[in-house]
Amino acid sequence: MNKINKELQILGVVAFFTLFLYWGVEPFAHSQMHKHVEGEGFAYSEFKASGKKGNVENGKVLVTGAGACTGCHGIKAINSPAPMDASMSGASYGVNPPDLSTAGALYNAKFLAELIKNPAHALKVEHKFDPAKGKMHPMAQFYGAGGDMDQEIADMVAFLKSIAPKEMTNKEAYVDACSRCHANRYGKLTQIGETTKFKYKKDELAHQIKVLDYQDSLKKYMGKLPPDLSIIIRARSEHFLETFIENPQSQLVGTSMPAVGLSHEGFEKVIAYLGETGDPSKPARGELGPWVIIFFVVFSGLAFLWKKEKWRGHH
Amino acid sequence: MAHFEKANSVGEWFDQRLAINTLKRVLAFEYWIPKNINFLWAMGMVLAATFGMLVVSGIFLLMYYQPNVDLAFDSVNYTIMTEVGYGWLWRHIHGVGASVVFLIIYIHMFTGIYYGSYKKGRELIWLSGMGLFVAFSAEAFSGYMLPWGQMSYWAGMVITNLFSGGSLEAYGLVEWIRGDYVPAQAFLTRFFMLHVLLLPLVIIGLIVLHFGTLRIPHVNNQDGEDIDYEEAARLYKEGNVKDSKVIPFQPVFLAKDIFVMGVYFILFFYLVFYHFEFAMDPVNFDPADGLKTPAHIYPEWYFLWSYEILRPFSKDLGLIAFAIAQVIFFALPFLDKSPNVAPASKRGLFKFWFWAMLIDVLVLTFMGKLPPTDALFANIGLISALVFFALWIALPFITKIEKKL
Repeated sequence: MNKINKELQILGVVAFFTLFLYWGVEPFAHSQMHKHVEGEGFAYSEFKASGKKGNVENGKVLVTGAGACTGCHGIKAINSPAPMDASMSGASYGVNPPDLSTAGALYNAKFLAELIKNPAHALKVEHKFDPAKGKMHPMAQFYGAGGDMDQEIADMVAFLKSIAPKEMTNKEAYVDACSRCHANRYGKLTQIGETTKFKYKKDELAHQIKVLDYQDSLKKYMGKLPPDLSIIIRARSEHFLETFIENPQSQLVGTSMPAVGLSHEGFEKVIAYLGETGDPSKPARGELGPWVIIFFVVFSGLAFLWKKEKWRGHH
Repeated sequence: MAHFEKANSVGEWFDQRLAINTLKRVLAFEYWIPKNINFLWAMGMVLAATFGMLVVSGIFLLMYYQPNVDLAFDSVNYTIMTEVGYGWLWRHIHGVGASVVFLIIYIHMFTGIYYGSYKKGRELIWLSGMGLFVAFSAEAFSGYMLPWGQMSYWAGMVITNLFSGGSLEAYGLVEWIRGDYVPAQAFLTRFFMLHVLLLPLVIIGLIVLHFGTLRIPHVNNQDGEDIDYEEAARLYKEGNVKDSKVIPFQPVFLAKDIFVMGVYFILFFYLVFYHFEFAMDPVNFDPADGLKTPAHIYPEWYFLWSYEILRPFSKDLGLIAFAIAQVIFFALPFLDKSPNVAPASKRGLFKFWFWAMLIDVLVLTFMGKLPPTDALFANIGLISALVFFALWIALPFITKIEKKL
């Protein structure tokens, strides 16, 4: 009994120093190395809700009218195609304007309203786009259609919500929210869509040139090519990604990445997709882990019995 | 040629040619281990088992890894993690194993220091063990280059730069090591070769030597008692196992080793499945980019203490301090002037030396990861580095005046 006590005491000392070591090089070091940013769970509390109830019919007129949203944005949901293809849009605006079919589902309503009213402000890129310096954001702000502007904006948001799909897959959410700037090569996505297979080398190269052209426009617009997000889920903590996507300036002051305006649900779908491409073994780990551990528990139990048998009479 | 009789069994046939019965006796059934030991004596076998895991998982990874600067990152992070069946398991075993093996090495080392297992007659055990520590360090570093992430690239840059020798400005040597002006294809291929061939050979050779050095002086015991092995072995073989101070390596010592190993593997696989992040730095999941220096560059945890000895001094002094710190542990058997083979708790001032050294190395480790821009941490780092050297300078003096037990 005395011997066992001594072994346990020694184990206690070893365990103490090991855990202390772990604490020092992991939680403590990380708490000192990275600034702590508190998010607000995609509440966008700085944007005030107008409280107006939107009219879908009027919203449709405003969104699809002459010189309105559809002048630049496609809306597949109502069979309104984009005026230009991705490469040409990229060359004209720097980045391909998104199709608005899913905007009502992915983005926060307050954010959408602010975006229509003042894009550079909502996107938190006023350091890049300052009208006083002649640098206009490529998305023109909405100056009103002659009536109560807040009411008109509420109508437009209501329309976008009315056409938005009820269910979206993680991948759809990711593609609409992120992939016009970020490629995801493990998900086989380029900035202008999925990497398709071509029968002829010539077609494949032509497609690659289109991607490269688009990336060149994007580089000019963003300052550098935004990083591929294939495995970003393992390169950054989930907390970093959450606060960064909510407000990129909070983590990286001066970055040209805009606030995307995702709702909390939209964010969860995006992060789930990033997990699918960057950490695909997660479900398999959960499945296999317990069995391996049970194996070694049984192994240790049997080994203990063997040890007892072999040491019998030795003390 | 020796004269061979007709063998009556397969065992006899081998015995005639390989003397396997003698080998079994000398290396296993009559290889006497002191009875008075605790679970820390199983760390050698735990290390061997962990090395085995690293070799096996390494072989599987080697079948899919591509040592090419354009393909390496995705061969690890995509091919192995996504397309290869259980590739993720082998990779996580390899990554966690590489980190945990150092934890066990450090426990093993400090056990040796605590119980005085490097004293007269056992110097070669210590020296070959330190050789293994250095070889494992090189193996870990070269392996860290292979995924070709940001930390691979920048750690490779920083560590190879050390060979410029500070004010010696031996950049020719640095270029010779890299095979290029910066870490690039030649660099990756040669570190790949080192990691999968040359260094494993060195390690295996040193493990054999390490085991060999144990055989004649025998393993130390918990009280540092000088055992009369012939007498103890006689008692044991007569069946008086209770009074004998020894046990045979096989099966009695091994029975305990295997039990400790089992418990260790529960922890090991808990880490592999549920807590592998500590062993796989997030920074290394960004592909290598020579135009973008990471905000913090730091080595894996097991190198932090010596990194922190490099950092607080001026360029040349830091390099000299770093070089000394790398090899000073080799000198332990010669700097400890006391003949006492006993646990540190019974050794006067050495007791305080041991715990001071352990805590100092821990503090150095903590500071090594923190940004040096923080004045408080930088000062703690400087003081701990000075304490480290002060302890080594004090060692011969405090052990010289140690009372003989």
